[in-house]
Amino acid sequence: MAQLNRMFDAERPFPPGDYQVVVVGSGPGGLQLAYALERLGVKHAVLSADDGPGGMFRKWPLYQRLLSWTKPYAASGPGTRRFERSDWNSLVADEPENRSLQAQHMDKTSYFPARSEMEANLRDFAERTSIRVRYGCRWESTARVDDGSPMRFALTTSDGVYRARIALFAVGVAEPWSPNIPGIEFTHHYADVRAPEYYAGKRVFIIGKRNSGFELASGLLPWAKTLTLASPSPAKISVVTKTLVGVRARYVQPFEDNAIGGGCNIMDAAIERVSRTADGLVVALRRTADGEMVQVAADEVINATGFVCPLLDLPGLGVRTFGQNRVPAQTPWWESATVPGIGFAGTITQGAPSLGKYGVPPNSGAVQGHRYNARILARRIATSEFGIAEDHPRVDPGHFAQLLLREASESPELWHQRGYLARAFAISRDTGIRDRGVIPVTAFLDEPGGEGVALTMETDGTGAVFPVLYVRSGGSVTEHKLPDSDIADYAGIEHQKGANSALAPLGISA
Amino acid sequence: MAGRDEIAATLAQFALFADLSMAQLEAVVGQLDETWFAPGTRILRQGLSGSGLYFVLDGTCAVEANGKELARLGRGDFFGEISVLLGGAPVADVVAVSEARCLILPAPSVEKVLTSYPRLMYRMLQVQSRRLHNANKWRS
Repeated sequence: MAQLNRMFDAERPFPPGDYQVVVVGSGPGGLQLAYALERLGVKHAVLSADDGPGGMFRKWPLYQRLLSWTKPYAASGPGTRRFERSDWNSLVADEPENRSLQAQHMDKTSYFPARSEMEANLRDFAERTSIRVRYGCRWESTARVDDGSPMRFALTTSDGVYRARIALFAVGVAEPWSPNIPGIEFTHHYADVRAPEYYAGKRVFIIGKRNSGFELASGLLPWAKTLTLASPSPAKISVVTKTLVGVRARYVQPFEDNAIGGGCNIMDAAIERVSRTADGLVVALRRTADGEMVQVAADEVINATGFVCPLLDLPGLGVRTFGQNRVPAQTPWWESATVPGIGFAGTITQGAPSLGKYGVPPNSGAVQGHRYNARILARRIATSEFGIAEDHPRVDPGHFAQLLLREASESPELWHQRGYLARAFAISRDTGIRDRGVIPVTAFLDEPGGEGVALTMETDGTGAVFPVLYVRSGGSVTEHKLPDSDIADYAGIEHQKGANSALAPLGISA
Repeated sequence: MAGRDEIAATLAQFALFADLSMAQLEAVVGQLDETWFAPGTRILRQGLSGSGLYFVLDGTCAVEANGKELARLGRGDFFGEISVLLGGAPVADVVAVSEARCLILPAPSVEKVLTSYPRLMYRMLQVQSRRLHNANKWRS
């Protein structure tokens, strides 16, 4: 590889050296961040261990079709902001011709693109927007720089050392994780699953009842002799939670087979150990309900127990991580909460704090959520680290309520990142109403500051989606829920009344 | 690294969860979301709807209302129960004093979990009664 790299070095951008900003990763998170930094004029280098763009979509999902949709014929048409609400897979661009690219890369037999179609979409975005990446350059270790220069970090890579003032990691949550169960060596991870034919006529046991477990189970329904899925907690189903929490509708077939067909077992039980016998493998389980031990014979045991962040030695530098995914603890702006100068993009941004109202998490683990996080992070870096001025256009008070309700009906950022991203406005007697753009709602709620308004779209797990106005006046914030809408139109009389009443303490009404 | 089994083992040390078997604890952990808070960040916000029930795994948190500190909570304590059980917004802020790691049980899951594990509910009632008792003691 090193030799191959040297051969192409002349054509490869970003040789080792000093850079203000280094981005690691060329999946959707890295590409979106690089795009946004470039458009803001922030000089940066992008490094990737892969040999092309796409990140995890170069390989997964295993059964080659996504569970995030794009509706090619959505009412508002490709290239519009509203279209992004129906397009969960394209990256977002300033230029209309570079938006909604996924729709152009679908054979339209399904509104869930094939893996190869998603990969083509990401490659097309990188080419059209001229994102330069040094491919085949693997980040290997990290050290602090303390020599009085503005550079904070030294990233050692397979190509040499990169020093950076700001290091941004978009490396996914991609390292397979297996629980510490006796006999785990007799099992294999989701990441190492073979082609479906390998499981033909076999008794397959899957540890884990989340999407990856049910994706496998759905794919193996025609192949396996028996299928058993087990984990201690009952499975959640998105159709029931009415959020993205739980197993997605695409993978519910095993539940029906379990209830009607009898060829698929779904158990609430803790896995105690896996052992090898003359007849294959035996999984010993302790049932959640009564603590009784149960044994299940199997030919293959697969861990669908998830992934962790491949952060290498960053924890040693002080980057705090938490949770089963070992995601880094972050500020509301996706910076490391413990090490200044380190930030994150892509699925890792699910580690940032959120309101989590009614248990609904942000969609930062998926492209349709984190593509907006990356755009905001780039803006934050441009303004706070490089003094690039941010434009906060003035809003006519007479049209303010109207603007808010139009955003409630149109904005893709607020729609996908419910209760998480907000359109914020600063209000003062001297400068009037200023549009601050889209920011994390927790940043608005917790900042000291003068009068202001933030708009979010929210849901409460009942299926209703509604706008919420947070109004800061006299030093405290009040929450104003506006009515929901069956047709996702939030500009009706009731909404206008609600907005006017919320804005009244600020002396604004339409 | 906190796997589900490790968090279950931690909960097993808390009086609140002392009556649950390991399998039950692992099942409960599956219903909870782990979150980390930097010192000074707000965990629970006074007046905001949709909050959950929080269990402190590590760290110290302060209960604050109208700029006044009312109480300190630490490892093994819980908060947010009043707004969840009564369906209203929290009447106080809870702020991380040190680095804090919490488990959150979202409001829509609270009733199901408490009624599935009556011993957990009983222990919670005991804590609540003690809090009420102490509050009355201070008042008299």
